[in-house]
Amino acid sequence: MSEDTSRSRYQAVIALEVHVELGTRTKAFCGCPTTFGAAPNTQVCPICLGHPGVLPVLNRRAVEFAVKAALALHGQVHLESVFARKNYFYPDLPKGYQITQYDRPLATGGHLDVEVDGESRRVRIRRLHLEEDTGKLIHGGTPGGGATTGAPYSLVDYNRSGVPLVEIVSEPDLRTPAEARAYLEALHSILEYLGVSDVRMEEGSMRCEPNISLRPVGTEKLGVPVEIKNLNSFRAVERGLAYETERQAALLAGGGRVERETRGWDEGAEVTTFQRRKESADDYRYFPEPDLLPLVLEQDWVEAIRRSLPELRTARRERLVREYGLPAYDAGVLTASRHLADYYEDAVELVEASQGASVPTAGAADGPGTAPLHAAAKTISNWLMGDVSRLMNEAGLEPLAMRAKTFALPPAALVELVALVDEGTISGKMAKDVLEATFSTGKPPRAIVAEKGLAQISDSGALETVVARVVDANPSAVAELRAGKDRAMGFLVGQVMKETGGKANPRMVNELVRKMVGS
Amino acid sequence: MRFTEATASQLATLIAQGEVTRSEVLESFLERIVAVEESVAAFLTVTADHGRRLARLADKAAEGGATPTAGVPFALKDNIATQDIPTTCGSRILEGYRPPYSATVMQRLEAAGHILLGKTNCDEFAMGSSTENSGFHPTANPWDLRCVPGGSSGGSAAAVAAYEVPFALGSDTGGSIRQPASFCGVVGLKPTYGLVSRYGLVAFASSLDQIGPITRDVTDAALVLGAIAGPDPLDSTSARVKPPDYGQALVPDVDGLVAGIPRELFGEGVEPEVRQRVEEAAAVLAELGVGVEECSLPNAAFALDMYYVIAPAEASSNLARYDGTRYGYRAGAAAGGEDVGNGARASIGGGPPPGDLLSLYLSTRSQGFGPEVKRRIMLGAYVLSAGYYDAYYLKAQKARTLLRRDFEQAFGRYDFLISPTSPTVAFPIGERADDPLAMYMADLCTIPASLAGLPAISVPCGFSQGLPVGLQLMGPAFSEELLLRVAFAHEQRTDHHTKRPPLLGVKRH
Ligand SMILES: [Zn+2]
Repeated sequence: MSEDTSRSRYQAVIALEVHVELGTRTKAFCGCPTTFGAAPNTQVCPICLGHPGVLPVLNRRAVEFAVKAALALHGQVHLESVFARKNYFYPDLPKGYQITQYDRPLATGGHLDVEVDGESRRVRIRRLHLEEDTGKLIHGGTPGGGATTGAPYSLVDYNRSGVPLVEIVSEPDLRTPAEARAYLEALHSILEYLGVSDVRMEEGSMRCEPNISLRPVGTEKLGVPVEIKNLNSFRAVERGLAYETERQAALLAGGGRVERETRGWDEGAEVTTFQRRKESADDYRYFPEPDLLPLVLEQDWVEAIRRSLPELRTARRERLVREYGLPAYDAGVLTASRHLADYYEDAVELVEASQGASVPTAGAADGPGTAPLHAAAKTISNWLMGDVSRLMNEAGLEPLAMRAKTFALPPAALVELVALVDEGTISGKMAKDVLEATFSTGKPPRAIVAEKGLAQISDSGALETVVARVVDANPSAVAELRAGKDRAMGFLVGQVMKETGGKANPRMVNELVRKMVGS
Repeated sequence: MRFTEATASQLATLIAQGEVTRSEVLESFLERIVAVEESVAAFLTVTADHGRRLARLADKAAEGGATPTAGVPFALKDNIATQDIPTTCGSRILEGYRPPYSATVMQRLEAAGHILLGKTNCDEFAMGSSTENSGFHPTANPWDLRCVPGGSSGGSAAAVAAYEVPFALGSDTGGSIRQPASFCGVVGLKPTYGLVSRYGLVAFASSLDQIGPITRDVTDAALVLGAIAGPDPLDSTSARVKPPDYGQALVPDVDGLVAGIPRELFGEGVEPEVRQRVEEAAAVLAELGVGVEECSLPNAAFALDMYYVIAPAEASSNLARYDGTRYGYRAGAAAGGEDVGNGARASIGGGPPPGDLLSLYLSTRSQGFGPEVKRRIMLGAYVLSAGYYDAYYLKAQKARTLLRRDFEQAFGRYDFLISPTSPTVAFPIGERADDPLAMYMADLCTIPASLAGLPAISVPCGFSQGLPVGLQLMGPAFSEELLLRVAFAHEQRTDHHTKRPPLLGVKRH
């Protein structure tokens, strides 16, 4: 039996456990900074190193961020929740237990709507709770970096120890790897819009551990779940689950048994490999953390947070269509990242400010129910989705970089570029070069144009001389044009462009040739 | 003048009046330590240099006209963190460990100008009632060197009783301040849970642990409590209550108060002479106008059972951090690893390679911990295990709630409760060492107040066969003023606290 056939006999049941580092300035239970990428063990203190006698004090900001996330996911925030100790031994866990929440989490319930192939599905969320992160082991590594030396020891970096996390657990409502990816992307977007986390999968500030089991299509009983670790990108989550679906399907179809185990995703080989068996449920000997009082929230405080929730992606997408008349596709791309959308709206606002409230519109309403297409809004969208996005990708930059004060192409620069084309100072083709120059040097587009002498010749006096010369020198082409052969027009314009080094305004050249030839 | 005979309050006055310098006071206690320590062995570390330096600086500052600071020497139980000064908890697993920070109580005492003179011996991680479980050496009772000083704060109690320091701090989880105070004939106060910050107290059982003073009289107990009590932003369980001036409580007026004697703490196990002394104390209070009645705390009969589920459960988790990774003892690392400062240690240790992670953990912990600590870790891990949690831990917590209610009910009628601090006087070293259950009985009377988080004080109330007997007074939460007042009134009418142990100059063995 081919894998395709065996796979179609089974349905995958997937639940996602997502850990997200909250973007608080300091750690969950001590005052250490949380800056990513600091030298190993420089952001530590007796508390997050688990020295004898230290005690945790809860970071209020972390609670606020977690409440925000819970509310945005439509969860029920409990006014009283309890911290618990999860006991296990590992060198990255300085106290020998992790402070987390167990039977009384901060929030339960909620949902997230995800779209796959144009269809919307509601994925239920089981719970969201607060906990602390562990340190990081560097196996066979060197203290300076992480280069493997094959040394027979491991080093521990406790900078991450005690960084606040929320764990968000979904119900097993996902059925395909694509759905799982869409769920994760939707969650990523929400957390980014809330501003509660960097949500960078590559840096580990968002980590996803899916659980996947297979069952024969049409049956209810859940299969044996396998947990997958080491998935460091959306793509890895989708690929890892796809691989695991096939592996389990082939195993089951061949009469085999899926074992309850944890498997690791091997990015290079694109396979999951066995990590450890889960014989029975691990016994973490949970009990209420006696060093912290139950977490009691004021209803008013929670409601104030609810009222302050920012506009999330779906609402913003709809608004961009409504307010700027953008195609739904554009709005979807621009709002995929809150930072890109912020950039976009800043740029459009600059145009509005420079032109008063009446921004030029290209054409009136196309039909009933369609908003007037907002020319500058669409032009800026085109630039962002096209060349700007290409340049960002080539430079390996994420949308967050666009909001940095030092970003080479601030919204004002893009607006300036659009204006240069609008005025006819440069052609659309030249604008691409100017954009690249601004992107790499940070010099404003007008400065680039002046510096490189890129401005089009739009001075009709100067152009007339050149056109006259070309018309005189090419009598046969002139004759053809008069005879109605438009191809000759292209030749004559081409000659003018050649003489002007491509700087002539093509529209004006066209007009001048027609005038002189009298066609 | 023998400064060692003076109490902390007397010394503070003498120093403030310029009658004596801090250095002179310090030296006389250091002399005393040299004279008796060979017999008593109360200390694990004597911080003579540290003390001398601070005393000199403070004396200089005072000469220069600075606001005078107290300058009274003190000792801390060795489970209270002191920056750069060894803090071992009486355990080999922390031998040589110097914390990178100081406990809140240490900071407060130093801020008041008191001067640390040393760290005292205790049962390993405060688990024990005789100080025999110390990983280093036992401590002797100054009243009879063949007897234990009680525990786990036995070193602190013995040091105060032997006039080696005017006061010391201990920690009390199930009686570890009160019982040794009782055995050594000194005053020991366990405050309400949350009154004194636990930041820097190496945790044994977090929901029970409290730091408190061990002093030679009630006045000093009030003085020291005042210096260490009060909210601490570093301890989430510290109460947000501003403590009163405990000195104001020291008036011998108890007329009209009503006291209960819970029969559950005054039963069969109480030695006849101990019973007699406590009855005499009750009679003294009655003479002062206190109404004394028998009462009942029905669930106190199960207090020991609750305690030996809850305390080991928390301990099993609290002691997980001693794994040889970051500080303290590591099996196989002969040189104890490479010190990289800040109390931390590089992972690249000396000695033979540790093999795999599990064997590093197993050998570090089986070599580093003593038998009593291992016993409690195993007990605690067991009662928290899946399938047993409900039957043990949860049930014990429910019973604890019932016991709290018993106390609440009793305090609806009585202002305070009376009992012996310990059912017996100090027992000979070695007598109960191999019988954990007999040892656990030593805390029978002190554990109930611990479980309920209530304040209790032990004061001397006479002798039995030449050994001190302690009277325990228990009150409602944050009733330290009342307990100090009653204890003070009792002290004013008796002279037990003025009796001196006969040890002087006598050598052990
Ligand atoms: Zn820290």
